[in-house]
Amino acid sequence: MTPKVRLAIFATAALAFAAILWNAEARIQPSDVYADFVNRVTVPERQITDAVTAVNFDIRGFDTLGEEFIMFASVLGVALLLRRQRDEWDGPPVDRARGRQVPPPSDAIRILTVALIGPLVLFGIYVVVHGQATPGGGFQGGVILATAPLLMYLAGEYESLCRVAPRWLVETGESIGAGGYAIIGAAAMLRHEHFLQNFLPLGKAGDVFSGGTVAFIDLTVGLEVAGGFILLLLIFLEETLVRRDPA
Amino acid sequence: MTWLPYAVAIWLFVIGLYGIVTSRHFVHLIICLSVVQSSTYVLLLGIGYRAGRAAPVFADIPPGTPAVDPIVQALMLTDVVVEVTVTALLLALAVQAHERTGKLDPNELGIIRG
Repeated sequence: MTPKVRLAIFATAALAFAAILWNAEARIQPSDVYADFVNRVTVPERQITDAVTAVNFDIRGFDTLGEEFIMFASVLGVALLLRRQRDEWDGPPVDRARGRQVPPPSDAIRILTVALIGPLVLFGIYVVVHGQATPGGGFQGGVILATAPLLMYLAGEYESLCRVAPRWLVETGESIGAGGYAIIGAAAMLRHEHFLQNFLPLGKAGDVFSGGTVAFIDLTVGLEVAGGFILLLLIFLEETLVRRDPA
Repeated sequence: MTWLPYAVAIWLFVIGLYGIVTSRHFVHLIICLSVVQSSTYVLLLGIGYRAGRAAPVFADIPPGTPAVDPIVQALMLTDVVVEVTVTALLLALAVQAHERTGKLDPNELGIIRG
């Protein structure tokens, strides 16, 4: 099939598809019933002021558990696909263009990144633990936390990155995060309640430890997301920086 | 302007598909898939949006204030993060395909052998 024929077939199909989609979307009649109900009950019944977090980790907590395992499985797949092969060897990167000077990161980048790491980690932790009070939570905070090792790499400190975040530590953290969510859910069943039912004292809306189990699920998700992203970073950096095919 | 997010969603979906169909490079193809997926964000957030309503965060507004739909926002929030890791998985597949065949053009890959 030549590219022209393929493009012609695609154009016809895409036009028809767009027309069907437009027709379907024109008939959408958004309903406010469920949304208004959720917005009404989050504060009085769950002591959570961020309705999005309440949906994610309590009202539809089971869905989020599934989403989290999709993420866990993807990270696992990357680790599996880019594992060390038999015909590859460990060693310092060899520059194929000999005699080339690789410029080190400039002082401006080093100072800026080092100065940013501390505030970023603090901000990430803040976002993770305040998920039930203000916009934020484990997913967003975890991603913010995972940018700190990336900044270390940008500062040219790949060796210290491997020291601060060794592979086993990141993998353990990610696993504890993923397993912790399921364990919190199962703990409710030990009390003869439903899976993921909110069984802890709810506290007062706006506090760090309000929302019962939601505060702790937030922590496990933050651990899982930060661990997963750092692991992806380590795997891809190792792939490009350390491992080389036998020349 | 309620039709605008729907139109943008269709545009993103179709233009992403166009990129996938005409792609000459796996990384380009994977980015196009992300474009297709982002159309779902626009569509669902467009469905949940109500003009004049507040964000569904009752930290500084009294509970019971009319707010937009928090459920679609929760769906988007988890999906944005999960999508990035799935993209990483696809990129790892592209790395492996390049290591095995030395090619990154989907057209040149030919028959896939086990």
